[in-house]
Amino acid sequence: MRKAELVMAVVMGLFSAYLMWKSAELPIGWIPEEGPGGGAFPFWLAAGMLVCCIWIIVRCLRRTSTVAVSTDQYMDAATLRMFLLVAGSLTVMIGLIHIVGVYVSTPLFMLFYMRYMGGHHWLPTGVIAVGTPVVAFFFFEISLKITLPKGFTEPLFYPLYDIFL
Amino acid sequence: MEILDHLIQGFAIAFQPLNLGLVIFGCALGLFIGAMPGLGSVNGVAILLPMTFLVPPTGAIIFLAAIYYGAMYGGAISSIMLGIPGASTAVATTFDGRPMAMQGLADKALITAATASFIGGTISVILFTLFAPPLAAVALAFGAAEEFALMMLAFATFIGLGGDDIPKTLFSIFIGLVFSAVGLDIISGQPRLIFGDISGFLHGINFLVLAIGIYGIGEMLWTIESSKGDVQISQATVTVRRIINDLRTLKDTFKSIVMGSFLGYFVGILPAAGATPGSLMAYGVAKTISKNPESFGKGNPEGVAAPESANNAASTGSMLPMLTLGIPGSPTTAILLGGMVIWGLEPGPMLFIEHQEFVWGLIASLYAANLFSLLINVAFIPAFIWVLRLPFTVLAPIIFVLCIVGGYAPTQDMHDVWLILIFGVVGYLMRKLEYPLAPAVLAIVLGPLAETSMRQALLISNGSFMIFFERPISGPIMAAAMVLFLLPIFKLVKDKFRSREAT
Repeated sequence: MRKAELVMAVVMGLFSAYLMWKSAELPIGWIPEEGPGGGAFPFWLAAGMLVCCIWIIVRCLRRTSTVAVSTDQYMDAATLRMFLLVAGSLTVMIGLIHIVGVYVSTPLFMLFYMRYMGGHHWLPTGVIAVGTPVVAFFFFEISLKITLPKGFTEPLFYPLYDIFL
Repeated sequence: MEILDHLIQGFAIAFQPLNLGLVIFGCALGLFIGAMPGLGSVNGVAILLPMTFLVPPTGAIIFLAAIYYGAMYGGAISSIMLGIPGASTAVATTFDGRPMAMQGLADKALITAATASFIGGTISVILFTLFAPPLAAVALAFGAAEEFALMMLAFATFIGLGGDDIPKTLFSIFIGLVFSAVGLDIISGQPRLIFGDISGFLHGINFLVLAIGIYGIGEMLWTIESSKGDVQISQATVTVRRIINDLRTLKDTFKSIVMGSFLGYFVGILPAAGATPGSLMAYGVAKTISKNPESFGKGNPEGVAAPESANNAASTGSMLPMLTLGIPGSPTTAILLGGMVIWGLEPGPMLFIEHQEFVWGLIASLYAANLFSLLINVAFIPAFIWVLRLPFTVLAPIIFVLCIVGGYAPTQDMHDVWLILIFGVVGYLMRKLEYPLAPAVLAIVLGPLAETSMRQALLISNGSFMIFFERPISGPIMAAAMVLFLLPIFKLVKDKFRSREAT
């Protein structure tokens, strides 16, 4: 836990410093007749973030917070495996949306999740994996008129547009 | 009697077929979401908000408020049957609800929880009806300085009363506010904080992106991790005769219910406090005023009644500052507030003048939501117990897909979907290190308002920060905020002093 606490605080500290630098692209001081510059609000808040991170790091080094002295493991092997699987499959699913679109990507994800991670039978897995995108199509495309990304599968939907829209 | 007229008009709106249908559907869905271990009102409202674009704003908020209510009822179901709180708001319900279920009194615990929720909800909605119009009238006089002071008070309550680690709470508030500043500068119109010159940041970081990331993806990762082990479902025997018997013995818990309702309502009004501390406090007080406090924790129905009435009352209470002042009282109301901005309704006192139908329709629908939650809950207890048996590996992928598609819908930009994933994963990793995340969600919603009001006030005062302390209303509010900010430091000094004395 201690190591994770330190790493997180250092990473977030660096991120705050980046935010401060980025905010400084706009004036951060007082502009006469105009009030505080556009960068002032985020600049000082990011400075506040940095102070908090330093505070957390110092406490961690001096071992004065509960997390800093905790001997629990941040993530055991099983949790890490689960985390990587879920986060990884989500990343792949979102990445695939760019290429093959929502209507191919989400059933694949659900198939993977329910069949491989959950070990469910093919029948319920298939029904949910196919049913969810169908419901999504009618909800978003037909009733809300929001087109979801389809990648190169777009032409396959032209007949459906002709029927429902 | 003006209030009564408004209320009657409100009922006319709430009972329109579409709105009534939304109330009933929302309550049922809320009960379901609340009953699922790990999912609570915040998650339901965050994930489902994009789906409400289908109906007009009044219908949308009525639907979301019904989910909020239903989830408060539903949280008790998993607390009692599984011993795992269905949501953080139902933690206190496990203390006595679980032992009751173990003794074969699950049905009694469930009925007590439902009735207590109903009474808590009703008392708080009546209080809400009476308090809201005068408070909104007072708030009409508020200027930029007062608005900013109120927001400071909201953040200060997180630090003074939130009970989480101080630097981490502060960090969470700051990062939320910085994210709210991404996009175009509100006064000069210049682009700012455009990370890596990615054009997606030009439209800013929508609060929904952060909320769905944290309460959708992040919460699911958290639940997947914490629900690895096997859980035991208690048996419940539900017959009409038993229910009537259970209802008859309810009067013993009446004192706890009324106490919990009032306490919960007033704790709920405090920004940042919300239903979780409200229900824990109600449990504590019920135990203290009870004739036999030692029976608490071993299956005393009063231990179920007090926190359940309090969490429903608090959820109504937290809507009071949201509607009248534009300052949310809980993470869920923060998301509702953000939703109102999307629908083009400016929260705050003007709402009571410009959008009377909306306000009173919502208030009337709370009465209706309360009643339907009770009826659906009692009538379908077996159905909700069945819900608890649903394997998580079926629900998780559906919720993930809902998060992704729902996150895409408002802006129709894949950029936001990637941000949701990043916020979800980083949020989960931070939560494991005990960083509180609710302040960040509140901050990203309030950020634009806070910046505008601060800059306006400073323009009026020519850059003097004293404007926040000198004005008659903002001064005391700022003073209260300062006290709350410094409260943890006082405590720290006191503890140090004590430990030195002890050695």
